[in-house]
Amino acid sequence: MAHFTKATSLHDWLNQRLGIDTVRRVMATEYWIPKNINFLWAMGMVLAITFGLLLISGIFLLMYYQPNVELAFDSVNYTIMQEVGYGWLWRHIHGVAASVVFLIIYIHMFTGIYYGSYKKGREMIWISGMLLFVAFSAEAFSGYMLPWGQMSYWAGMVITNLFAGGSLHADGLVEWIRGDYVPAQAFLNRFFMLHVLLIPLAILGLIGLHFGALRIPHVNNQDGEEIDFEAEAAKYKSGDKAGSKVIAFVNDFMSKDMMVVGIYLVFFFYLVFYHYDFAMDPVNFDPADGLKTPAHIYPEWYFLWSYEILRPFSTDVGLIAFAFAQVIFFALPFLDKSPNAVPASRRGLFKYWFWALLIDMIVLTAMGKLPPEGIFSTIGLVAALTFIGLWIILPFITKMEKKA
Amino acid sequence: MKNSSRRGFMGKAFGAVAGVGAVASLYAMKRSWDPLPSVKAAGFTTLDMSGYKENELVTEKWRGKPIFVLKQTADMVEKAKKNPKELERLIKIGDAYYLVCLGLCTHLGCIPGYNPDEQSFLCACHGGLYDFTGEVTKAPPPRGLDIPPFKIDGNKLVLGEEGPEYKKMLEAGTTLRA
Amino acid sequence: MKKNKEPLILAIVVFFTLVTYYLVEPFAHSQMHKHIESEGFTYKDLPELTKQGDVARGKDLVMGAGACTGCHGIEVAGIPAPMDPVTAAQSYGVNPPDLSDAGSVFDPKFLAELIKNPAHALMVEHKFDVNKGQMHPMTQFYGAGGDLDQEVADMVAYFQSIAKKGEELTPAIAFEVACGRCHATRYNKWTQIGYKPTFKKKQDELAFDTKVLDYQDALTKYMGTLPPDLSMYIRSRGEHYISTFVENPQNYLKGTAMPRVGVSAESAEKVIEHLENVGDPVRHDRAEVGRNVMIYIIIFAIFALLWKKEVWKDLH
Repeated sequence: MAHFTKATSLHDWLNQRLGIDTVRRVMATEYWIPKNINFLWAMGMVLAITFGLLLISGIFLLMYYQPNVELAFDSVNYTIMQEVGYGWLWRHIHGVAASVVFLIIYIHMFTGIYYGSYKKGREMIWISGMLLFVAFSAEAFSGYMLPWGQMSYWAGMVITNLFAGGSLHADGLVEWIRGDYVPAQAFLNRFFMLHVLLIPLAILGLIGLHFGALRIPHVNNQDGEEIDFEAEAAKYKSGDKAGSKVIAFVNDFMSKDMMVVGIYLVFFFYLVFYHYDFAMDPVNFDPADGLKTPAHIYPEWYFLWSYEILRPFSTDVGLIAFAFAQVIFFALPFLDKSPNAVPASRRGLFKYWFWALLIDMIVLTAMGKLPPEGIFSTIGLVAALTFIGLWIILPFITKMEKKA
Repeated sequence: MKNSSRRGFMGKAFGAVAGVGAVASLYAMKRSWDPLPSVKAAGFTTLDMSGYKENELVTEKWRGKPIFVLKQTADMVEKAKKNPKELERLIKIGDAYYLVCLGLCTHLGCIPGYNPDEQSFLCACHGGLYDFTGEVTKAPPPRGLDIPPFKIDGNKLVLGEEGPEYKKMLEAGTTLRA
Repeated sequence: MKKNKEPLILAIVVFFTLVTYYLVEPFAHSQMHKHIESEGFTYKDLPELTKQGDVARGKDLVMGAGACTGCHGIEVAGIPAPMDPVTAAQSYGVNPPDLSDAGSVFDPKFLAELIKNPAHALMVEHKFDVNKGQMHPMTQFYGAGGDLDQEVADMVAYFQSIAKKGEELTPAIAFEVACGRCHATRYNKWTQIGYKPTFKKKQDELAFDTKVLDYQDALTKYMGTLPPDLSMYIRSRGEHYISTFVENPQNYLKGTAMPRVGVSAESAEKVIEHLENVGDPVRHDRAEVGRNVMIYIIIFAIFALLWKKEVWKDLH
């Protein structure tokens, strides 16, 4: 039975009941982060801030959005964009953040791959991060349906068609997902539900898991050095802050994070006000029309690389390659057989593998948007095969790696 | 000892009961995602075939997709009879022959336009050309216009149901399942 | 102390981001859409006007029997439209425009050619081939007995003399005259037969809607498809596409039923401005709020930087 005394202050009152001092110590002032890191380590905070922007802008969009096939387009483009005070601002923030969040996710992922931050006890950080990537992808896709423009409709048509499984002809599954034979009212309503409730809930839970997974193995550092966190923390607390290899999450790490966030927000708001077209495709400003296909159907840029893996092959092979691309990143910690958890620059063939993967994915991204004709279609095929090949050789080249 | 093993057994039994409830509710959730009966009913379109005029394209709607109906002239039927692949594509109701197909180009899903003088369909998007039976005469389309599942019912055509004539077309490879 | 690698890392991140951006945006779009340069609404294919027009003679010709007023109204001259819009559309396919402002909305060269040979001026000869007996609903002016070019120049001079000019010709009027008889813009309640008023009685509203639908049916028959609502065209097509499309629709859609509208360069700008007012009325707010937010966020970043410097002083 806990013993309560008369509180001397509000802080003391809360502390007796919630243990806020302990919480602050554990979560902030004595949560140790390596000192040897660069600005790429701030991408987690940048993502958290971007997610916050999406959440807040989303709340205000939700107040006037109408999930109805007759009204959705005008509720977005007229009511929200023209009538609601600052409605246009929320929509631009929401649209741009939805695109930029993927840029940061990709930077965050490639940082993890480069520095080997998925190895030696950090596997769950990687896996929970990949689950977040999947959840964000689903969130982005479902959100893209909501303005009910031409791209919403046709992307919805094409992507849900994938579930027919090519020759398996699982039309029943596709119709089950859509709630209709074609994207229509039932489809819009359920994707609305997914976008504003179910997937955000999953994302919040996964963010908790992702943060929790960091706790025991600690954050990696720039040189893959194994740090004795207890000894270094003791050094820090004794006053030798300059000599210690660790820093406190608050204020030390936080101040650097916020510096990066500040610079990031300058870039972000520049896009919101002056360069939003890349995130809000012009084609989607035409209302959905099931009888008129747009001349070019392509997904948003962040899905292009996996779309291009699907496209150059025949239907069935394409679907298998596509499925492969969706899950293979999860297996990274287990396909990388090397004993070294150090930056790619100090890791034999893996160094080349990393840059090859990055460039290959950029090529796939570019080809995924271009019309699948002539030379572009050949480059796309080669890049798709390269992608699959890179993952197949990964266990072999990493096994050959010597202990550094 | 005895008590704890009993707790263990009851714990498992409770878990099983809870599991049954969870599975049952999953079933309910699955059912809630099913297309509604009204949506399914709207998935069948009945066409009265007596109203169409020869060589005049009419666009009907089935499951939100455009359906081309083209009643063939005697000339067209004569021409089609010379080529069994073309004749197979036509639906015979009474003495008349009809082309009934999805009005979406099999290349990238644009809607081709019909030219009654040339008796051909031209897809304006990428220049694909189809003849009056919906067979491809100029690439890029990989195959002729798809034929929707149909059932002949007297003088009527029910789209969405698979009748014996449609199944024969599937087997012969005349059309893919649209 | 170790060498600071952060500038190099930042350069790599920025480089790959920009390469990806370049490939999926400017490059991909240059491959997907053909680029068409505007000719500045000069209508080089049409003959120059060589004759000096006379307003008074032009007025007589326009008002003369068998000329314009059989089909067109001229409100400023006190001549009402001979038919209501719906009946007119059912007779001609589209409602013949009131000619009050034609002289300033349309280019004079275009107007002259339109009077002499409508199908040629409108670039719809593929649809209206005289040899096949397909007559354009606007009958051409064969002349009143004198020099045809002189007479046409006189008529153009008359239209120019009565039309609103400069500031008086608002973007909305330019749009209504040039585009509004085929295209609606529902975001400002414009229909092909005029602005939709607010009705007290549901019956009156339904009667108006029925008229719009009847008009649209006639128009659909005439054009092959209902010309799209242009409310969001400024966002879905953009300024460049719209102005080059209006200048010569055949550039983008060979064989399209959309005629060349023949607007003057100045009116084209007004049409674009109107579409911006309808589809993107917040653009001025956006520029102003954008400037303020940018100033704030730079200050925010500077303070974040100073805080970091203070905290990290002890850590090095």
